Amino acid sequence: MKLRVNDHETEFDAPPDMPLLWVLRDELGLTGTKFGCGVAACGACTVEVDGVAMRSCVVPASALAGRSVRTIEGSPDRIVAALQAAWVRHQTPQCGYCQGGMILAAASLLRQNPAPGDADIDQAITNLCRCGTYQRIRAAIHDAAKTLQGARA
Amino acid sequence: MNRSLTPALNRRRFLLTGAALGGGLLVGCSGQRLGEGATFDPVDGQVALNAWVKITPDDRVIVAAPRSEMGQGVHTGLAQLLADELDARWDQVSVEAAPLARVYANTALLLNVSPLLPDDDGLLARLTRASLQTVGYALALQVTGGSSSIRDAWEPLRLAGATARQQLLVVAAARLQVPLAELTVQDGLVRHAASGRTLRFGELAQAAAALPAPSDVSLKPASARRLIGQPVPRTDIPVKVNGQARFGIDTRLPGLLYAAIRQCPVFGGPVLGGRLRPFDLQAARALPGVKDVLILNEQAVVVLAGNTWTAQQAVNALPLQWDEGPHAQLDSAAVSAQLRAALQDSGLHGGTRFRHQGDADAVLAQAPAQRRLQAEYEVPFLAHAALEPVNCTAQVKGGQVTVWCGTQAPSLAQWLAARVADVDTDQVTVHVPLLGGGFGRRLESDMVEQAVAVALRTQGAPVKLTWSREEDLQHDMYRPAAMARFEAALDEQGRPLAWRNSVAAPSIGLSTMQRLLPSLAMDMPDKNQIEGAFELPYAVPNLEVRQFRCATPVPVGSWRSVGHSYNAFFTECFLDELAHAAGQDPVAYRLSLLAQQPRHQAVLKAAAQRAGWGQPLPAGRARGVALHESFGSVCAQVAEVALEGGRLRVHRVVAAIDCGTVVNPDTVDAQLQSAIVYGLSAALMGEITLKDGRVQQRNFPDYDAIRLADMPRIDTVLLPSTSAPGGVGEPGTPPVAPAVANACFALSGERLRRLPLRPTQQVKTT
Repeated sequence: MKLRVNDHETEFDAPPDMPLLWVLRDELGLTGTKFGCGVAACGACTVEVDGVAMRSCVVPASALAGRSVRTIEGSPDRIVAALQAAWVRHQTPQCGYCQGGMILAAASLLRQNPAPGDADIDQAITNLCRCGTYQRIRAAIHDAAKTLQGARA
Repeated sequence: MNRSLTPALNRRRFLLTGAALGGGLLVGCSGQRLGEGATFDPVDGQVALNAWVKITPDDRVIVAAPRSEMGQGVHTGLAQLLADELDARWDQVSVEAAPLARVYANTALLLNVSPLLPDDDGLLARLTRASLQTVGYALALQVTGGSSSIRDAWEPLRLAGATARQQLLVVAAARLQVPLAELTVQDGLVRHAASGRTLRFGELAQAAAALPAPSDVSLKPASARRLIGQPVPRTDIPVKVNGQARFGIDTRLPGLLYAAIRQCPVFGGPVLGGRLRPFDLQAARALPGVKDVLILNEQAVVVLAGNTWTAQQAVNALPLQWDEGPHAQLDSAAVSAQLRAALQDSGLHGGTRFRHQGDADAVLAQAPAQRRLQAEYEVPFLAHAALEPVNCTAQVKGGQVTVWCGTQAPSLAQWLAARVADVDTDQVTVHVPLLGGGFGRRLESDMVEQAVAVALRTQGAPVKLTWSREEDLQHDMYRPAAMARFEAALDEQGRPLAWRNSVAAPSIGLSTMQRLLPSLAMDMPDKNQIEGAFELPYAVPNLEVRQFRCATPVPVGSWRSVGHSYNAFFTECFLDELAHAAGQDPVAYRLSLLAQQPRHQAVLKAAAQRAGWGQPLPAGRARGVALHESFGSVCAQVAEVALEGGRLRVHRVVAAIDCGTVVNPDTVDAQLQSAIVYGLSAALMGEITLKDGRVQQRNFPDYDAIRLADMPRIDTVLLPSTSAPGGVGEPGTPPVAPAVANACFALSGERLRRLPLRPTQQVKTT
């Protein structure tokens, strides 16, 4: 099976129904994408597929042939880089387990909406953080959005 | 620097609390907490000056972190303590997980089991605390929990930094041929101001390590601290934004086998639990991709495969049937009935009395009915639901056992792994990667015992056992279900004259011993069951607090803030009932009963002021307050709530805390937010229910928690203090449920006495 992950063509051997999450983690060694629930309820496994956030625990890798997958390990584009920098400025992560998924969910939001309001963030970022870092996540998304808009202006 | 190295100024010997009683107690000996450099495993030219700090040839300072990093920022906090005394630059400091060794024992952990009142500083109390510290050291408890890490490290880590600094200075003085008193350390360099000469740590370390540790060194006065008290950036953050952080579940090894597990759904433990009925093992082993199928103690099935997905699919496909044992009928109603019966059948005088003053019985018996209140409160079992599911990797090869596990208790993990593998503990190595949340679940070692048991049967191949979320929620060691019955009598001014509180709940101590050492498990008084109830800080002349321990088949364990998590809800809501009965403002009423508690008063006032207590709110909103001391810190919270679509909506929480000296204010702010969200998730939606002997909740869709859209604005206030640090990870959790419940009462007049909070009334229209 072939898949484009973080701008590299990869090849692996896996059952056709194996979700992308497990291909990334167990076959490709990309453990930044996390297992949290297996039923697309928590978002720890969020990756971007062609720039759109997707919960990789319920998507068979075989369904993604020809599409481009970004994981948190991927070389950051300007949006992801701005989010990562904002995440550090706000000292957002606690345990950190959900944060890769959070950042990629936020990246997908900023691609579609460069200046999201609180309600947009509420609606788009439905990932679970058991450490309760939400207030800093919200602040970091606003901060990254401002940085990106400033850079564009 | 205004620190003097002359003996006259700021000089003290660095002895733990126990040593104040004579200096002879075990942990009072500072040398034992300093340890030997060799313990910290110096490699690649590193030089260890003691067990806590290594210096590299290029001047990096590496601090030993024997506590598990689960997001609470402990690695950073420990490093701040040491680096501040060493006068290192923060950007030259890094942190490395420490190996298992007695020098790293947590001597503050067991303070949490002492049934002393927090402000008791008498001789007996001090002796008790010193003894508990000594026991922690003797047992080499390398455990992260009980909000104890910084409390334990406060003296030894600063001492380790100051001692290392002194050794570097002695060498520098000899090299530069100047008096030591003319030297300072600034920004990670030893400086001789008069000549402008400097020396680097890296060029002094080797000779410094050859010196004996100086027998007395000076610690800085608070005014000279440069890192303690500063919001320095956490050392673990950069890897947590780019996917490089390694959690236990991310362990990868050559030849790794991936394991999935299904455990007997009915509780009862090894003796009274259910049993797996025989099934076709040969057919199971023939499932696609399956490498082996193993049965553990007739109570669990493990499937091994080449990846996690295949193992999970196979274990789901197995036609498993269970003889469910004697507890197959257990349900939540039965547990409630058991708790209620304990409170009723035992009468007023059963159980264990944890607090007694005056004569509550007589006063309650004589009080007129219109000035007597009674109420029953209840909370359910709760799961921890850390986002990283329970997992452990183990390898047994050549008589050596290696464990990779994000555990809060590596010393227990080592001991249990050795017991399962039937080897000595020194043949077991435990690696502790980052923890994807702990909250008390990772104090348990069940996953370690399972992984080692499997690894014993794989001919040396390493095994990573990953639980599904369903297993994680259905086989937790739960926060106990609990119930309280209160009676109180007020005087004519509305002040409490008598207060009687009886709390029924399982004992975590007993449940833990049944898991670890069943032959020694005894039903005995358990401070953790009643903590937060018996320490009542309010002035009540006649006071009685009793514990009723109710064993159930459900395993129970420590859940962020442990007994405080429910006793604060019970106590602070009932106190609110008293304030209402007295016709008084809840903040003013509390303050009137806290004349002897200046710390509590200050914290409560700070929270009320920041929250704008007493100032008008938009229509449909109300505030509630709660105040609670736990883990050496006092925290007050004001919640601002509304009812939206029949559900409670929390718009804002203000939290004020006195946690002693603040080591990192940004971390304290983060931990308060975290503790509040954790407690709020439980208060609004957390409930583990039982039916047919098993947990009904399966995954996040039916055991959910606060998400971004439900997140209240949280404001934190850190009170200044010169006392030693208190705990930080847990004290923010207990007050939030009562603050929200009290706000709900203020809003609708409905007094909710059960968690999770499910209002049935609408907003008061008057």
